[in-house]
Amino acid sequence: MQSREDYRSSGSFAYAQDKAAPLRIELGRRYRFAASHRLHTEALSEEENARVFGKCANPYGHGHNYMLEISVSGEVDPATGMIANLGDLDSFVEREVIEAFDHHSLNEDVAAFRNVVPTTENLCIEIFKRLKSFPKAKLERVRVQETTNNSFEYSGEGSNAV
Amino acid sequence: MVLITRKIEFAASHLYHNPELSPEENRRVFGKCNNPHGHGHNYALEVTVAGEPDPVTGMVLDLKELKEILEREVMQRMDHRFLNYEVVELKGKIPTCENIARVIWELLEPKIKKGRLHRVRLYESADLFADCYRNGAGGV
Repeated sequence: MQSREDYRSSGSFAYAQDKAAPLRIELGRRYRFAASHRLHTEALSEEENARVFGKCANPYGHGHNYMLEISVSGEVDPATGMIANLGDLDSFVEREVIEAFDHHSLNEDVAAFRNVVPTTENLCIEIFKRLKSFPKAKLERVRVQETTNNSFEYSGEGSNAV
Repeated sequence: MVLITRKIEFAASHLYHNPELSPEENRRVFGKCNNPHGHGHNYALEVTVAGEPDPVTGMVLDLKELKEILEREVMQRMDHRFLNYEVVELKGKIPTCENIARVIWELLEPKIKKGRLHRVRLYESADLFADCYRNGAGGV
């Protein structure tokens, strides 16, 4: 059987699945929290803040109903059919993220955002940091939807790797 | 490469019970999902196929064909069925999202002749789903 590298380099597209590759299962779970934030940085002048962040820089902040989606991977336990017990996952996320963020001001109440602008990009990174130590499965990805029109994903890669 | 996704919904019942565990352990591990007469969900299935559009038809594969495969392999097997008792592929398995997604992958993969199966995502509810891939993380 050809390797996947052979397919890529063959010049023509070959769709035969690499049956040698194992199936991967990921469990996805969604949570919701409501929080306020203000996009503003001391590093810029008031005019620059207003120009860069627009109404998101309004002095008293504003809020969103955030939707958090996380994906974890691991072996499916034959005894339970599960990658991770949902109760374990839910209580971990509740403790590490929801309690800290829900009905809070991200800027005022979350230490990580004292000097970091609480954009949803940075929120994804902070949530990934908080959840990557989940002991029962591997955290693959965090996706945060700030409104139904925009969402952000982080999987622990890049210069911000955590 | 282009990814195309078709979505279907089916309604089915199930329960979680492992005969090798005591009744108390079953209760502890599975909670109300262990209720003896089962319960049901509206499942939503998203099937994603990867491929290059055919230069003549502009299609990766004919969605009508995919719809027929999904009807035959998934709807007829699982829709309005009790998954534990009526789906042979799930015999001896706990019918969790993870296991059902894998069974659906194994049913569909050999039937898809144009393009290749990229992802099977099965939602048990709006807030809980499982993804199945053949390759690495995120199917890449």
